[in-house]
Amino acid sequence: MELDGKCPTGPIETRWDRHKFELKLISPANKRKYTIIVVGTGLAGASASATLAELGYNVKCYCYQDSPRRAHSIAAQGGINAAKNYQNDGDSVYRLFYDTIKGGDFRSRESNVYRLAQLSVDIIDHCVAQGIPFAREYGGLLANRSFGGALVSRTFYARGQTGQQLLLGAYQAMQRQIAAGRLTMFPRHEMLELVVVNGCARGIVTRNLINGKIESHAADAVILATGGYGNVYYLSTMCKGANATAIWRAYRKGAFFANPCFTQIHPTCIPVSGEYQSKLTLMSESLRNDGRIWVPLKKGDTRPPNEIPEEERDYYLERMYPAYGNLVPRDIASRAAKRVCDEGRGVGPGGYGVYLDFRDAIQRLGVSVIRERYGNLFEMYERLTGEDPYKVPMRIYPAIHYTMGGLWVDYNLMSTIPGLFVIGEANFSDHGANRLGASALMQGLADGYFIVPYTVGHYLASTKLEKVSTDQAEFRDAEREVADRIRKLLSIRGRRTVDSLHRELGKLMWEYCGMARNAQGLQYALKKIPELREEFWSNVNVLGSGEEFNQALERAGRVADFMELAELICYDALHRNESCGGHFREEYQTPEGEALRNDAEYAYVAAWEFTGVGNPPRLHKEPLVFEYVKPTERSYK
Amino acid sequence: MRIILHVWRQKDANSPGRMVRYEVNNVNPHMSFLEMLDVLNEELTLKGEEPIAFDHDCREGICGMCGFMINGRAHGPLEGTTVCQLHMRHFKDGDELWLEPYRARAFPVIRDLVVDRSALDRLIAAGGYISVNAGSAPDANSIPVPKPVAEKAMDAAACIGCGACVAQCPNASASLFLGAKISHLGLLPQGQPERYERVLKMVTQAALEGFGHCTNIGECEAVCPKRIKLEVIARLNRDYLIATLKHIGVKETVEAGVG
Repeated sequence: MELDGKCPTGPIETRWDRHKFELKLISPANKRKYTIIVVGTGLAGASASATLAELGYNVKCYCYQDSPRRAHSIAAQGGINAAKNYQNDGDSVYRLFYDTIKGGDFRSRESNVYRLAQLSVDIIDHCVAQGIPFAREYGGLLANRSFGGALVSRTFYARGQTGQQLLLGAYQAMQRQIAAGRLTMFPRHEMLELVVVNGCARGIVTRNLINGKIESHAADAVILATGGYGNVYYLSTMCKGANATAIWRAYRKGAFFANPCFTQIHPTCIPVSGEYQSKLTLMSESLRNDGRIWVPLKKGDTRPPNEIPEEERDYYLERMYPAYGNLVPRDIASRAAKRVCDEGRGVGPGGYGVYLDFRDAIQRLGVSVIRERYGNLFEMYERLTGEDPYKVPMRIYPAIHYTMGGLWVDYNLMSTIPGLFVIGEANFSDHGANRLGASALMQGLADGYFIVPYTVGHYLASTKLEKVSTDQAEFRDAEREVADRIRKLLSIRGRRTVDSLHRELGKLMWEYCGMARNAQGLQYALKKIPELREEFWSNVNVLGSGEEFNQALERAGRVADFMELAELICYDALHRNESCGGHFREEYQTPEGEALRNDAEYAYVAAWEFTGVGNPPRLHKEPLVFEYVKPTERSYK
Repeated sequence: MRIILHVWRQKDANSPGRMVRYEVNNVNPHMSFLEMLDVLNEELTLKGEEPIAFDHDCREGICGMCGFMINGRAHGPLEGTTVCQLHMRHFKDGDELWLEPYRARAFPVIRDLVVDRSALDRLIAAGGYISVNAGSAPDANSIPVPKPVAEKAMDAAACIGCGACVAQCPNASASLFLGAKISHLGLLPQGQPERYERVLKMVTQAALEGFGHCTNIGECEAVCPKRIKLEVIARLNRDYLIATLKHIGVKETVEAGVG
C-alpha cells in the first residue's frame, strides 16, 4: 500500500496558511463538549494540553512522573532554533527549511519541514511573552548562538537549561488551565493500552502507579506525546523512565511505525565508566562552538593531554570538514569519533573517548567568558568525572540520544488510527534520518502550541463520533489484557532482574544496530532478540504485587515492549539498503567513508504494520518528493 | 569500598515504617549514589527481598524528581548537587549512612524514600505563571529586558522543584520555592501585570497546603542543589507586603506563611 501524507500542494510558502483555512472549526461554545486525552507532559504534551484547554476543550493529561514538570524535555541543554534573523547573518524561514531538509539527509517531508521553519518564529514570541528568561545582549535584546549543521546563529538559549525553561513555561501554562478547571492532570499514571472503538481512538487504560489501580478513560481524541524510544539501547541520554509503551501499544492496535531505525547518536556525551552505569550524560552540542575536538596523531599515545604538543594532535573534524569544522551535524561528528577510536587513537580508559578542548577558547576569550557561556556544563562535567575541564580537556564519546523514527503521522499529525494524534519525538515527522541540534524543542512546541490544536479541532468537526462509556466491551477487554499481562509478569519469579535483561538487550542493539550496521550483524540480532524475549518471559524476577507502588513492575512492562520494538528496529535497518543520516550501513559508503544514499530506491518513508509478535512486520511506503531542495550528496566540507 | 546503609522502609502511606540496615560491598567510587542503590536493589531482588523504592528520572540533576535525606541532609553532603549527581568518591570506605524520605506535613510518604510533592504543583497553579494564550504574543524583541535583570530572573528560574528546601527547613516552609518563582516572574517586564495578585494567591495557597512560616534560618539555601539565594525570600516578602498594602482582593484571607 502506498501511504498518503495528505500534504498540501502549491507554493510551499503558503501551504500551511491555505491548509489552516481549509481546516474545519468548532464554535467556542461547543469546544467544551469534547474531551481530549494527552499522554505525556514534555514540551509537546504540555504545550498541546495547555493550548487545547485555552481554546476551551476538556483536557485530561497523564504522565508517569510525580509532576508534569519532570518530563525529559527538561534536560535539553543547548537551545531552540528560530528563523528570526535577529543577527542579520542571512537567516530566513527558507534557510532553516533548507538546512533541516539537508540535515535530515533528504528523508523528511518538505511540507512538514517548511511549516516547522515558519512556526519557529511564533514559538520564540510566545515563549518570551511567557517569561522564559532567554539570554540577552547588553542592549536588552535576545542573544543567539550557532549549532551543528548551520552557518548562521539562530539558536535561542537560556544558559545550558533551555529545555528546562521552555518546559517550565509550558508547565506553568498547564497549571493555569488546571486552576481554571479545564485541564485535569493525572500524575503517576502510566498508559498501558489504547482503546479503539469502531476504528477510532477513543480512550486509554492506565495504571495508577501509587496503588496499582487499572483504570479506563474515554475521550473524543487521543494525543500521544510520549517521547522517543532510545532506552531500547539501555544506555542512552534519555531519562530512566523514558519508554516506548504508549506508542508500542498503539502500534499493536494498528498505528504504523515509521523509520524506526533512524536513531540519533549524539557525539558529545561523557564516556561509559563501568558495568554499573545506569545512563549516559550529554554535554551540550553548544560546547562545540568553542571547544575543539581532537585525538593524538599516534596510536596508543597515553601521555596526559596537556603534554601532547600541538603538532602531535589531530583536530580531525577541522581537518576533514574545513567549512563546518567542529560544528558538523551530529551523525557525522559521531561517526568520525568512532572511526578514530577504532583506529586505536581513542583516549581515556578503554580507548573509547576523544578530547573536547577549551584551551584555545580560554586563551582567546578569557576564563570568565567561557564560564558565563558554559559554567553549569563545566560544573556538571567535573561533578560526574572528578576532572576540571578548565584545566584538562573533556573526554567525550557518542551515545544514543534521540529517535527520529516514531509513529507515522500525516500532515495533520494524525496516525493511521483516526483520532490518534502523535506529536513531538513520538512521531517520525520532521527530522528525516538525522535531527539538527536545537530542533527537537522547536518541533515539540510547534506541534503542541501551533499545529495539533488546529488539526484536532478539524478532526472533531468533520467526524461523527458516537458516545462511548468506559463500561463498554472495548474498554473492559483492554483492562483485562492489561491486568493479565501484569499478572503474568508477577508470576514468573525467575532468576534474572529486569535490569540485567534490559542491559543485555541494550548491548546487543548497540553492537549490531548502533552507530554502524551491516546485514550480517542485523540478521544475527534478529535471531538473538526473540531468544532474549523468550528468556525474559520465562526467567524475569519481579517481586511484590500489582496493587502497590512497584517500580520493578513498571520497568518490567516497559522492557517487555522494548523486547518487541528492538526487532522492528532491526527489520527496518536491514531492509534499508543505503546509508543516510543516523542510519549507517557499512556496505554503503563512499570511498571517504561518508554515508551513501540510494535515492532511486529508498527515497521513501518506511511505515511498518504490526502482524503479531515474532512475525515480520508488513512494509508500507510513503514516497518522498523533493520539489524545492534537490537531493545532493550532503557535504559539510 | 564498603558502605553501610540504614534505609527507611515503609510499605505505603498507612503502614508504619522503620530503619533497615544494609551492607553494600564493592562500591566503585565512580558510581553515582543512585547507581549504588541500583546495585543494592539488584542484590535484594535476587535474594527475594523487595527493592528500595526511590524517585529518580533524568539522573542529570535537572528534573527534580530525586531527593531524600542522607544523614539528615537533603541530597547529601555535596553542595549544589542533587543526589543523582552525587558520586561515591565523596564517601569513605566503611561510611555509615542514614537514608530517610523528605519529611514535611505537605509531603506525605508514598513508599520508602518516595514522597508526594504535588503540593508544589498546586502552588504554581495558584498563580505561578504569566497569563498568555498561545498565538497572542508580540514580536520577541519588542520586549527588551536588561541583561542583568534577565540574568537575575534566570538565577531564580533555575529552581528544579525538588522540595529539598522544604525538607531541610525546621518549619517545612516552601518560601525558597515560592520566592524563586515570585522573583523569576516579578523581575521580568512580562510578569508585572499580575505581580501582586500572584504573590497573594501563592502565599495563601502555601498556608492551605500546610507549609510552615519562614523564620530566616537559611537551611533551605544551604541544601538547594541549584544554589537559589535567600535573596528570593526577601523579594517574596517585599512583594507580599506591597500587595497587602495595595489591598488587592484575594477572597479568602489566610494567615500567610511568609517570615
